[in-house]
Amino acid sequence: MILARIVGTVVSTRKDARLEGKKLLIAKPVSPEGADESGYMIAVDTVGSGTGETVLIVTGSSARNASECKDRPVDAAIIGIVDEIKLDALHEAELAAARKK
Amino acid sequence: MLLGRIIGNVVCTMKDPALTGQKLLIVQPLDRKGRDKGRPVVALDAVGAGAGETIYWCRGKEASFPFLPVQLPAEATIVGIVDSVNIPGA
Amino acid sequence: MLIGRVIGDVVATQKVPSHEGRKILVVQPINLDGTDRGDPVLALDAVSAGIGERVLLTTEGFSAMTAVGRPNSPIDSAVIGVIDSIDLPGL
Repeated sequence: MILARIVGTVVSTRKDARLEGKKLLIAKPVSPEGADESGYMIAVDTVGSGTGETVLIVTGSSARNASECKDRPVDAAIIGIVDEIKLDALHEAELAAARKK
Repeated sequence: MLLGRIIGNVVCTMKDPALTGQKLLIVQPLDRKGRDKGRPVVALDAVGAGAGETIYWCRGKEASFPFLPVQLPAEATIVGIVDSVNIPGA
Repeated sequence: MLIGRVIGDVVATQKVPSHEGRKILVVQPINLDGTDRGDPVLALDAVSAGIGERVLLTTEGFSAMTAVGRPNSPIDSAVIGVIDSIDLPGL
């Protein structure tokens, strides 16, 4: 699973019939610290997420285990909206040290 | 899938038994203009391709599917011989 | 899935039987700013997409194979949607 931020939506009328009714969102991966990482993906929304939210995305064949995605051509599914990320104190200290360098 | 050109072959006597009788070809991936791009790979052949031909090849687990019901340890397989590529403006 | 632009097509007479009757498209994956994202890939067409159109590209086997109706077939990517519009308020 990866952390990502929803940045937009895609509209497609002419598409595989098994994607009908699915919301297609554009997500950019983010680090646990909240920084944007490179790349993006189009993911199917299963939890009612929206632009600006940080979400959990499952990719690959596992994406089809998400709600209402079985046997559909889904390679990335949004399966959670993140409320809060807590980083280990030790990790925070490492980060702070890295920033000083 | 990707475009490629066959630049050679590999002979292995000791190999996974499921690969017995399979041709192993060396494929140079090509870019949109037909130029070499990236590093060559060894691929199985599902279509009877030969030296110098432009082909297209499939990656991943799907590369083993032309050989079903035999389950081969394949991650790259040539699945078509290219007659022509039409890319306007390339 | 990625956003791609159909930039061409490929003709192949001699190919695995499961690819017969399906158009082979040359698709350039693109970034959110419209620039090229790596090199073009060949994808089978599941939605009658044409050259110049922006499309939804899947690079995952099951999605690709089932979209073109050829399960257990050597297909690693397919065009499974034609994009009408993209909205990017979060960028």
